[in-house]
Amino acid sequence: MEKETKEKIRPLRMGQHSSLKVALIGNPNCGKSTLFNVLTGLNQNTANFPGATVDKKTGTGKIRNGSGTTISVEFIDLPGTYSLNPKSLDEKIAVDFLCDRNHPDHPDLTLFVADASNLKRSLFLAAQIIDLKIPVVIALNMMDVVEKRGMEIEAVLLSERLGVKIIPISARKETGIDLLRQAIVSTIEIPKKEIFAREIPSGETEAQQTIERYRIITEIISGCLKIKMKKDEEVFSSGTDKILTHKIWGYAIFLFVLLLIFESVFFIASYPMKWIETLFIFFSQWGAQHLPKGEFSDLLVNGVLAGLSGVVVFIPQIALLFFFVAILEDSGYMARVSFIMDRIMRKFGLNGRSIIPLLSGVACAVPAIMSTRTISNRKERIITIMITPLMSCSARLPVYALLIALVVPAETKFGFLNMQGLVLMFLYLIGFFAAIGAAFVMQYLIRSKERSFFIMELPPYRSPRWKNVWLAIVDRVKVFLFDAGKVIIAISIILWFLASHAPGNSFSEIEKKYNSASQFPRFSDSEAGERENGDKQLERQGQVAAEKLEASYAGILGKFIEPAIKPLGFDWKVGIAIVTSFAAREVFVGTMATIYSVGDNTNSLSIREKMHAEINPETQKPRYSFAVGFALMLFYAFAMQCMSTLSVVYRETKSLKWPLFQFVYMGTLAYLASFIAYTIFK
Amino acid sequence: MKNGNTFPHTIAELRLGDTAIIDSFTDVEISLKLLEMGCLPGELIQVKNIAPFGDPIAISVGGYVLGLRKKEAASVIVRRESPQL
Repeated sequence: MEKETKEKIRPLRMGQHSSLKVALIGNPNCGKSTLFNVLTGLNQNTANFPGATVDKKTGTGKIRNGSGTTISVEFIDLPGTYSLNPKSLDEKIAVDFLCDRNHPDHPDLTLFVADASNLKRSLFLAAQIIDLKIPVVIALNMMDVVEKRGMEIEAVLLSERLGVKIIPISARKETGIDLLRQAIVSTIEIPKKEIFAREIPSGETEAQQTIERYRIITEIISGCLKIKMKKDEEVFSSGTDKILTHKIWGYAIFLFVLLLIFESVFFIASYPMKWIETLFIFFSQWGAQHLPKGEFSDLLVNGVLAGLSGVVVFIPQIALLFFFVAILEDSGYMARVSFIMDRIMRKFGLNGRSIIPLLSGVACAVPAIMSTRTISNRKERIITIMITPLMSCSARLPVYALLIALVVPAETKFGFLNMQGLVLMFLYLIGFFAAIGAAFVMQYLIRSKERSFFIMELPPYRSPRWKNVWLAIVDRVKVFLFDAGKVIIAISIILWFLASHAPGNSFSEIEKKYNSASQFPRFSDSEAGERENGDKQLERQGQVAAEKLEASYAGILGKFIEPAIKPLGFDWKVGIAIVTSFAAREVFVGTMATIYSVGDNTNSLSIREKMHAEINPETQKPRYSFAVGFALMLFYAFAMQCMSTLSVVYRETKSLKWPLFQFVYMGTLAYLASFIAYTIFK
Repeated sequence: MKNGNTFPHTIAELRLGDTAIIDSFTDVEISLKLLEMGCLPGELIQVKNIAPFGDPIAISVGGYVLGLRKKEAASVIVRRESPQL
């Protein structure tokens, strides 16, 4: 690899370029994302490399160079790695990206982020990048930690020996950043030195080669790392770790943390969600009253607005959930959870590292499945991917929230246990246990000769960087609003059409039927009579709307699948919602909102109130009994209803077999669970 | 073999707080991963933590802490910190 690139001298864009592309690379936990956040602020986007599963996080920052020109710099954040071994697919993609000047995103400069408190290991990777013969600047990060340990690094000497610019910085304290910015806009030359220049004897093993390379790095470092005063600073917070990884307290604290997260996601988020709901009710009422009557206003109010409210109402929960996930990751606690869970996870064909995707799956399965790349064993990774969508993601939360509020009384047991919260926790737990159970079965179905590893760095505890937490929340909310939002609104519009149009002239026939039946004798002289007349009219309007919906395309579709879902207690309205939910689970709420608002010109009730008021004509009892609601919750807990997840699974496994298998096994599980629940509670 | 010298042979046999020096590896695949992360022959290590039920364990090496399973730890042969004579 290195020899090939030696010949390739890139034509350098000298002088006055107004835009630059800079790739950030470094070890995991080197503070790379903190630096990325410092350099780019809010202008960030997450996507994937074309045709590959490697994350590509990009952001832009403006830098004023020495001559006063403002240069727009696009930063590309590559995933953290310990080496550039072309044998590993992800690392090969990084190498190709850095070296291939025909690559569409080929960077003009590589910014290597070195952890100064872990100099040897950092420079091992840095030297491999320098040897790629591409322009490199090294940001020597964590200088504050080095100082605290009573050490000093001779950056100038080190820079001479490596043949590249080195800028000492602290991304956390934001020191040295301006110098780094200037170095970024002024560096274009290719490093002249070759660090691992020596020919590798053919008989040398990879291990010997690594040892030899580390020997060269040790030589380079010698004399550059000075100990000013010997401080026996504890690198590792043993005291904290004794508690957090204790065989009783470790697990108890972990459970408590989970409980805290779920309770706050449900309860804290419920306030802003109520405000958002109220706001949308206000908007649609205003629209119904003030917009000119017609097809377009109807589409706007009952299609777009109804769909939009189903998206926006999610944001408080997603923001809160990612707030907690970001804190846990940023503080180093997640790594400890992996550490104490590995022994247990192993029994289920998983790995301690699987706990991170599984927990992130509580937020969203899409990034969670992408994070399984840290699991090097293919079998463990496939199982983790297969079971992660069983973890209750935030898209299920609004479905749960709606159904729980509908069928579970807001009672408090034993003075402190809220029944609604308890049912919610039960749903999350059953998702987790289903995931574990599925993993247990799958470890016997999937064959593998590969070995299972658990070798991972346990970073020191740090107080979370609020900027990182905040940016992670913004990033996730943005992805949700724009990616999921697009799908949800598109489906809402389709749904509105399906629900408000019917084949032939069946709508006008329904209207005719009711108009001819409405020849009541008029009571005009008594007030009571007038009120009665008004009530009858409203009731008749409702009947017309209901019959129209039943006759519409959506009704026909729902009725078509009704026989299949009747054993689960669901009617054709739920059928419509299940069909549309195959795009994304959260569409359920939007669909229900659309279905129940089509034909309702007052829009004065929230969707929950409308569903609550519905009577099952067969039993004359509320349509949404506990049995129906509970069966529906279980269906949503288990069924694979997310196009985005399926497409990510396809992308990550490079095979149609896995997403298909996932869809079938989760669907079967959902059907059986709902059927059993409905049969028991009916 | 041990001949009175009771010092453990691999990292897996060390107790909490024990220090030792990495000597060699018995498993090529695992050794590559460990070497890459700076677990080199001659490095000083210390057992910093042991997970509930004895597995995995955490060692400090080259200024940071690494978690690894007992099975992996058993493939790293260690020697005493200062050669005993």
